[in-house]
Amino acid sequence: MTPFTYARAADVQDAVRMGAAPGTKYLGGGTNLVDLLRETLERPAALVDVTGLSTAIEDTPGGGLLIGAAARNTALAAHRTVRTRYPLLTRAIVSGASAQIRNMATVGGNVLQRTRCTYFYDDDGARCNKRTPGQGCDAIDGFNRMHAVLGASDSCVATHPSDMCVALAALDAVVHLQGSAGTRTLALTDLHRLPEDHPEQDTLLAPGELITAIELPPLPMAARSTYRKVRDRASYAFALVSVAAALDADGGAVKDVRLALGGVAHKPWRAYKAEAALRGQPASAAAFRAAAEAELLDARPLRDNAFKIELARRTIVAVLAGLAGTGGQP
Amino acid sequence: MPLPMSITINAAETPLPDDPRVSLLDFLREHLHLSGTKMGCNQGACGACTVLVDGQRILSCLALAVQYQGRSVTSIEGLAENGALHPLQQAFVEHDGFQCGYCTPGQICSAIGMQDELRRGVPSYVTADLASDAIDASHDELRERMSGNLCRCGAYNGIAAAISAIAERPAQEAP
Repeated sequence: MTPFTYARAADVQDAVRMGAAPGTKYLGGGTNLVDLLRETLERPAALVDVTGLSTAIEDTPGGGLLIGAAARNTALAAHRTVRTRYPLLTRAIVSGASAQIRNMATVGGNVLQRTRCTYFYDDDGARCNKRTPGQGCDAIDGFNRMHAVLGASDSCVATHPSDMCVALAALDAVVHLQGSAGTRTLALTDLHRLPEDHPEQDTLLAPGELITAIELPPLPMAARSTYRKVRDRASYAFALVSVAAALDADGGAVKDVRLALGGVAHKPWRAYKAEAALRGQPASAAAFRAAAEAELLDARPLRDNAFKIELARRTIVAVLAGLAGTGGQP
Repeated sequence: MPLPMSITINAAETPLPDDPRVSLLDFLREHLHLSGTKMGCNQGACGACTVLVDGQRILSCLALAVQYQGRSVTSIEGLAENGALHPLQQAFVEHDGFQCGYCTPGQICSAIGMQDELRRGVPSYVTADLASDAIDASHDELRERMSGNLCRCGAYNGIAAAISAIAERPAQEAP
């Protein structure tokens, strides 16, 4: 690690004041940032520890939930309201990492974790536009079975590694931000960027801006929701493909649906096209398949990852069928 | 009230390192010479460095020691009481829960943290009913919950047997 100073923020104002200095990074549980520091992929002049900020998980007046950004992943997954009203979020969180890491990782840090593309990490041996802008990308013509099939660019085919964020995308979560210029909110689906020509920019956060909370709007249909993760081993691995879904299909027709995909894109991928194709249709395997195909029409495989397109199609169908009670898993 | 400029390691108050780059793992092993906690991958992939902080299991390789100012850390050296092995240590001996032993301190600290998570009703990926506060410590639950601890010898059956032997005890007997 290169040398840095360390300070613990007493409150949000304190954090943002210190975070305004160039070269400062906010530190949550450290489960990603400490690794990046050790690899010298991050070389901050200063770390501001924000784990002392709000960990509260509170009902909002509108029937939603406000989650302090310093809440640990375990605490959020185990929260009774999340387990019962937003079960897809609990299932997404507990599908990620290991119990030790979930005990450490904050909610804000989970949102801002960086890609696990092996070429991004290989500072000595590989070119990477995300690590070194303009250098080129060795993943595009390399070993890329873990990489993106949706929304990638000629500059970057990396995926966003978070499971939690896929559920948050499906839930229309809102990210509360504070910077030196004041507070603002962003939809989680707008926070992360597609790579385009600037894969070095993961998000639309301004320099020094801090995530203070994540808000879940009320969504009664989320009581019937789930998250399914397909990976190379049964546990403790990043997703090949994952699906977060909530379904309102009383009486055999799809009244409403929320669908988001993980492991397939540079950001948590909200499947708006599939949702639009499914609303008003019968809750049948044929309709689920047509919806999945509507979303995956835009998918573009690389040398090693064409399997992800078929895997996503099948996983979407299985998850929706499970929620509709017509087969698949719950 | 400001936090004390120290960290508690196995019940002993200890000054924090001056350099914020020192991981909790390096602090334990290299500064305090508590070499029971092992460095495996040093990147959060193997679980060998697992310790307990205020009773919760974490990976000490991904922790900066300064972040744990004022907290209480228990490593494998802090588990035995009055010269008697912790029941889980004893269970690992009785059930052949190791071959080379390198992952064992992490496995044991992790399993102790896991038992607390089960008691608190923390769900896992294989928990069927998320609405229930009581979780059955089934074989599948234990294996899923211990997936963050790798064993290159493949002593998993003995490890699972040792943990099951403790987990099946009534709550008042559990450590």
